[in-house]
Amino acid sequence: MPEYAVPEYAVVHEKPRSFYSLYERKPELQHQTHYCPGCGHGIAHKLIARAIDELGIQDRTVMISPVGCSVFAYYYFDTGNVQVAHGRAPAVATAVKRSRPESIVLAYQGDGDLAAIGAAEIVHAANRGEPFTVIFINNGIYGMTGGQMAPTTLLGRKTTTTPFGRNAWNEGYPLRVCELLASLEAPVYIERVALGGNRQIMKAAGAVRRAIENQVKGLGFSLVEILSPCPTIWKMNPVEAQRLVLGEMTEAFPLGVFRDRTKSATVRPAAPPAPPLAEIPRILGLTEGCESTPSQPAGSSDWRIRVAGFGGQGVLMLGEILIEAGLEAGLDVSWLPSYGPEMRSGTSNCHVRLSSGPIDSPLVSRPNVLLALNEPSLRKFLPTVAPRGWVFYNGTQLPDGCERPDVQAVVRPFTEIADRVGDPRAANMTMLGALLGATGMLTEERVLTALRRKVSSGRWLEIDQRALDSGIEAVIKGVSHES
Amino acid sequence: MTALDRGIVALDSEECKGCGLCIEACPPKVLSLRRLLNRYGYRPAVYAGSGCTGCGICFFVCPEPGAITVLRRGGGACQNN
Repeated sequence: MPEYAVPEYAVVHEKPRSFYSLYERKPELQHQTHYCPGCGHGIAHKLIARAIDELGIQDRTVMISPVGCSVFAYYYFDTGNVQVAHGRAPAVATAVKRSRPESIVLAYQGDGDLAAIGAAEIVHAANRGEPFTVIFINNGIYGMTGGQMAPTTLLGRKTTTTPFGRNAWNEGYPLRVCELLASLEAPVYIERVALGGNRQIMKAAGAVRRAIENQVKGLGFSLVEILSPCPTIWKMNPVEAQRLVLGEMTEAFPLGVFRDRTKSATVRPAAPPAPPLAEIPRILGLTEGCESTPSQPAGSSDWRIRVAGFGGQGVLMLGEILIEAGLEAGLDVSWLPSYGPEMRSGTSNCHVRLSSGPIDSPLVSRPNVLLALNEPSLRKFLPTVAPRGWVFYNGTQLPDGCERPDVQAVVRPFTEIADRVGDPRAANMTMLGALLGATGMLTEERVLTALRRKVSSGRWLEIDQRALDSGIEAVIKGVSHES
Repeated sequence: MTALDRGIVALDSEECKGCGLCIEACPPKVLSLRRLLNRYGYRPAVYAGSGCTGCGICFFVCPEPGAITVLRRGGGACQNN
């Protein structure tokens, strides 16, 4: 930046310090922003950067840049920066503010981002009164993607998705975000301002500063909506676009303060400090059965397991016990359930991995262990089992058409075995016992620890233990593994 | 030579995109677009050289962070209008 040293004159307005001196977005364009000539984002950026300078908070400010034209805000603001998924700025801002309460978090969002895909996030963040600041740029259009209708598009306006003009019967009315959020109890400050000429811009500067200052004072949720020109997509020159903001847009979106509780708002109490890590098992009631510490796994293993059956047979539970026990044994584990909406009688299966190394994907499409609790599951998944893999089937013999001489099949009437030791619903545990007995995948001790953690009912814990033992017995009793 | 102007406006012709908002907003109308294009192909705004009041309105309407710097005689408070 050139120095302007003229005797008798002093600089009164210059590029705010909270901007980088050069923007490292592209080597040949380090001097300019990427915004179009006459774009409102540049003005809004300048107002924010000035407020940051004036409040002296540059070193603790975190800008949350959205998806939209302002996605690159992090190239311009010399502050902390997080670029977030579309519409999720309030969610990420919540996380940043809660984990670093001393930071000043500014969520910068456009109207497609905030009022369409992110409508839920902003409503709930405002309703929780999250103590950060939202700068909401409303230009009534999707700019970056080429001019689709936004929730805030004015009635009658032609866009690429409303080629005959926005029609209230078809697309509804322009969404008034400030009015909507002002119906909530928690927000402290909500104001709508505009960038239609210097008077409006000076007013906007004051509102932006106030919204940020509220956060510095520790007050709750503040939002400033800025009506902003988009000359390129509106197909106007910058001066015409500015006039449209001043006229038509300001009529459709009345300016003003919709909520101001900055005087009566009390400073939000600081969140209690997080409990020490060692306390968490006790808080979660996991002290029983947690005495053992994970050990280092011996040797290398990579169990890719598919458990399948009817809903209600304990398919997902079997998988959960497996991964709990695997964790106990110091293995890397994953568990991915797949089931229909029914609680009973639908089909259900889960993908389980237990590995001595890192797990690349939780999907198991080529299992080396299949636990089929019924015939349809066996027919469905048997062809996917890898050669020399294990197949456990709940029945007395493999059904016709299920011949796989290249796999090791363990066929037992697991439901009947479970019935004999207490309850047919424990068939999943007899099958788990057979798995342990046949493969030695995990020790029984690990599985019992997992069971004690997962099963709260004492009666069921007893049944499950008996079922597990009888399952182990059923394979060890010298019955051939091969079909 | 007449008395010194109250202000001076310094325009960075390589940062300017020639949107013309400053020209529209300038109360004493001392800004205009240069005929000669800048490196990026825009006609940048230029100062007539005299008549600036140092009001700073051009600075606030300008979308580029650093294209406009405003100086005022004696420093003065940042009053606008």
